[in-house]
Formats: sequence, structure tokens, C-alpha cells
Amino acid sequence: MKPLWLSHFTATSSIGRGLDQTLAALRQRRAGLAPCSFDTVDLATFVGEVAEVDAVQLPAHLADFDCRNNRLALLGLTQDGFAEAVRAATARYGAQRVGVLLGTSTSGILQTELAYRRRDPVTGALPADFNYRTTHNTFSVADFTRHYFGLTGPAVVVSSACSSSAKVFASARRMIAAGLIDAAVVGGVDSLCLTTLYGFSSLGLTSAQACRPFDLHRDGLSIGEAAAFALLQRPPEHLDADAVLLLGIGESSDAYHMSSPHPDGLGARMAMQDALNMAGLESAEIDYIHLHGTATQNNDVAEAKAIRYVFGSRTPCSSTKGATGHTLGAAGGVGAVICALGLQHGLLPAGLNTQRLDPALGLDYLLQNREQPVARMLSNSFGFGGTNCSLVFARAN
Amino acid sequence: MQPLCAYIEGIGLLGPGLPDWASAQAVLSGREPYQSRKTVLPSPASLPAAERRRSGAIVKLSLATGLEAIAAARLDAASLPSVFSASGSDGENCHIICEMLASDDRQISPTRFHNSVHNVAAGYWSIATGAMTTSSVLSALDASFGAGLLEALAQVVVDDTRTVLLACDTAYPEPLFSARPIPDAFGVALVLAPQRSVQSLAQISVNLTDAGADRLDDAALENLRLAIPAARSLPLLRGIALRQEKPVVLDYLDSTRLAVAIALC
Repeated sequence: MKPLWLSHFTATSSIGRGLDQTLAALRQRRAGLAPCSFDTVDLATFVGEVAEVDAVQLPAHLADFDCRNNRLALLGLTQDGFAEAVRAATARYGAQRVGVLLGTSTSGILQTELAYRRRDPVTGALPADFNYRTTHNTFSVADFTRHYFGLTGPAVVVSSACSSSAKVFASARRMIAAGLIDAAVVGGVDSLCLTTLYGFSSLGLTSAQACRPFDLHRDGLSIGEAAAFALLQRPPEHLDADAVLLLGIGESSDAYHMSSPHPDGLGARMAMQDALNMAGLESAEIDYIHLHGTATQNNDVAEAKAIRYVFGSRTPCSSTKGATGHTLGAAGGVGAVICALGLQHGLLPAGLNTQRLDPALGLDYLLQNREQPVARMLSNSFGFGGTNCSLVFARAN
Repeated sequence: MQPLCAYIEGIGLLGPGLPDWASAQAVLSGREPYQSRKTVLPSPASLPAAERRRSGAIVKLSLATGLEAIAAARLDAASLPSVFSASGSDGENCHIICEMLASDDRQISPTRFHNSVHNVAAGYWSIATGAMTTSSVLSALDASFGAGLLEALAQVVVDDTRTVLLACDTAYPEPLFSARPIPDAFGVALVLAPQRSVQSLAQISVNLTDAGADRLDDAALENLRLAIPAARSLPLLRGIALRQEKPVVLDYLDSTRLAVAIALC
């Protein structure tokens, strides 16, 4: 592929609002996980909740879109001058030439979960103030974003569970290469809701403590929420040395099971290899792997096997889910932004909470931050339904 | 922009009163009258027994239409990338989860949970067909067919590959039905290819337009087009059924529609 430029990017998660706080949290190895006190949830689990999401007010003309997921989206969009950058791109390319491609798994379903508590006792009807189209529907966050910026071109939500906001980079690459758009607002937003908290709990996949990826005693994930965005466009002729480029993307399906990864990580292996092939790189040219690393028994085993097959055991890697929690449909976007920060600031972030590495996994899993010049990183995102996506990012120089 | 071009090599269709593409062709070309009947979803024989038991309407609809299109194109489903586009996913399952989460017993079952993801049909599809290829799983509410078509065309044009587009929508039960009144299941699948082959039915060239979407003359079919997002494809399918090279305009977003030129093969 022709490299694409992440001209602007931003992330808001439980470890911070925007890039400065996120970078500081990574440097200070500060986690955003805490015992779950979200809504009425009565589960013994940790979550990565973003502070003050519900204080965010949507503009009056977009009030129909009001729900936790779109509040978090707006909170994220208004950090780091990102909204201004989108407006500048719109002025440059035209409102129909800037695409909106966002990932989410549960969108604003919390709104429906809450509405089901207020059903009419006689008819069973949902309350009159419930608006499905602008909140619950999977498209809502992209629809909100395009209306917020007044964009009129292609817009879509990618919703393939926890690979969603990595896959948006793939769709945006194709749309830009096809000449359909000149720039794309990509990323992902997922917010806490009861469906995922109780759902992962029912599968026995949530830990009672802050998740410990790649730990010998790891016992499940911690759910988080986040909004992460990047503005993707063709690189100009002259780029700053620390500009971040997307060099390659690999996508695959496990064709194995709805909620368990292929035991040998076959699909993950294909995604990573395809990403390297598209980037024209050998595995040895990758300086760091941002793992999917959810901290469930099976996921970490499958990912480690796949990495050993493609990379061997020597590439430094870590999962940042011990810091942010697993932000599900936003995880690919968060991974992209953490890689972009790492490339610009020379930071390989350590995994948090992990006490004793599982020796069977056999990778160079970082328990301490490394500050060093770094040229290229790969980020993994895998999800239910056996969906896999790997992204390769690099500094311009 | 340059239009995005692809050859249609196979079509699958299942909706109210339209049990397959051959029957739909007769109706859309005016040879047979349209009579709406509730969509009958076949049991997905291609799935292993455990997955078959767990599969909801969206999975059955996707498998039926996708496999019909791929059989018509005489291709192996395992070799094809795919694009799944749907307004929502398994509506019945979503309703039961929301009902349980509002009750005193919130312990939803593992199967309910993994069936709740928007990519449930794509997941079962890959298990049924053995396809380890990429799958893009999309939603754009009422614009879902258009969004899926653009994604599939971009795959064909940029990655020089065949792909199968599956645009499928199913109904929510009450009380969600009143908030999102999709009346029945409707799915359409198109196998798209970058080059002409003996299986090619037509070449389509797609561009964005400000023009209004084409309507259907038959009032019941026009109601269907407006009621179910995947049925926004009907003007294109009618053009192919009539073997007409007249361009059509398909509904997409509130701000833009898709102009589709049709060249028969």
C-alpha cells in the first residue's frame, strides 16, 4: 500500500483525556482500572471508566444523539485540536471528500438497557423519549460525528466486535485509494454498558481484579471505555521526521468459533503476516508489538503462539489493557494512538499489573517501560466471531 | 471522482414474497405479480449442529442469500473476502438480553452474549464456509446497503479481488419494533468481481450523486424498499431483472445517493 499519514490523532480513556495525559500515564505506569461502580452493576470486576462522561453536553441541534457513547465521542473529538483539524481538512478537501469510518461494538445500547427499565407496565412500550436511531443503532456514533462536522460524504460504522476500530483503517485505506475520499476520520468509541459487563462475566472471562495480561495467574479481562480518533490522509511531499505513517494492514477470519480464538492463533498469524507483507517489511524490522493481550487464558496463549510463529520470541511487546482495560470496539483505535505516541516519543510502554510472566508464552513481554528511539510498531486487534486485524505504523524518518 | 466499477457474477435474494433470485427476477421484471408473504428462513444446513441450534434469523438469512449468490457465480465461498452490512444484528436476541438486564436476574447466557455482536453473521459465515479471508462488518442504519456496496466496490477496485456483499436486515420484536419498525427479514447478496468472466451478469459503475433515489412502480414493492434498508437495493435488482441499461439511483445517506450505471454482459 501507499503509506497514509496520521496527520492528527487523539485518545481519551480511563488513563487520561487527550494525548498529554495519556502519555504521562504511560510514562508513570498509571492504570485507570478501579472496582466497578458503574450504574447498578453488581459484579466483582474492575473497569476502566472515563471520568465525567455524563457531564458532556451535546450541541442543542444534535440533542437526539445524546447517550453515553456519543458523549464520550464528543469528549474525545474535542481533545488535542482534533475537531479543528477535521474542520481544516473539510475546508481543504470539501465536505463530501472527508469520510467518517468509526468502530464500535455496543454503540449506545446502554440507552436501550435503561429504557427497558422504564417500560409501560400495561403495554410494555418503551418510553416516548427513547430514540433508537440516534442512540442504540450501531451507526449512531458515525452519524453523530458526520453531523457534528457537517460532513456529507461516505460514512459508516465498522462493528466486528473488538477488531472494529482497527478494521476502520483498512476500509479507509481502500476508500482513499479508490478515490472516493481524500481524508478519513477513523477511530472507535465504546462505552460501558450492562450487555458487555454481564456478557463477559457469563463467559467467565472477567477478572475479579485489575487484569493481568500474560501473567502466569491471569484470570480474565477488565472492561474499559474509550474514544480514539485519527485523521488519515495521503502524506504531503515533506513530512516532519516524527510524523506517523500507516504502512500495512492485515485482516483475516479464524473460521473456528464465535467466542474462542483459534487455538494456534492461525487467523492472528495470517493478519500479522499480511500486515508485514503489505508494508514490505520483514518481521525483524518491527521494534515493538502492541498486543491485543486481553488477559484471558486462551486469548493470550493463541496470540503468543501466533507471534512466536511470525516473529520468534525476541520482539519486545506488551498489552496496555492493564492500564486502560479492554476498550472493545475502541481498542484498535487506542492501540493505534498508543503506537503513534510511542513512535513520536520513543516509548515502549510496559504492561501493568503483571507480576509473574507466564513462561509458556515465550515472548519478550515488557514489565518496565523502555525509552529508546523506535521506528516501526505493529498493533493487534482480535475479536469475537474470529475477526483479526493487525496494523503497522512507522515514523516518517 | 472516477466511478467504482465491478462485475456482478451472482445474486442471492430472500425477502417477503421473494423466496430466491429467480422468483424475484420474475416479479421485478413484471412477469409475475408481487404478493408479499412472510419471509421463510431456511435452516442453515452448512453449519455444524451446535452452531445451527444457536443461529438466529440474521445468520440464517445471511447464509441463505450469500450461498445462493456464490453458487450462481460457481465459486468457492472459502476463497472470497466478504462485506456484511446490516442496520442491526440479531433483534430477537437483543430484546431478550435487554429484558434480562432490566430484570432481577441479569445472568445472560454465554451464547446470548456472543450472538449479540454485530458481526454474528460474519462469524457463523466463516465457520460454515471455512473462509479465513477478511470480512468487513458494517452498519449505516438506513444507508446500510449503500455503505456495503461502496465497501465491496472499494475492495474489488483497490485490492483487485472478488468479494461477496451480504446486506441483510431482520426484525426486532416489540417493544423495540415500535422504535425501529423493520417489518420482516430481507437479504440480498452480490458476488462482485474486478474482471468480466463467463458468469458476469452485468457491470455496474457507481458514483455519488445528489439526485433522488429511484422508486418502484408497484406500491407494495416500493413499501418494501422503504421499510427495510437492504431492500434499498431493489431499483438495481429491477434494472438487472429487466435487462435494462438505464442508470438507477439508490438511496444512501440523507446527504448523498448512489448513481449506478448498468452495462449488461
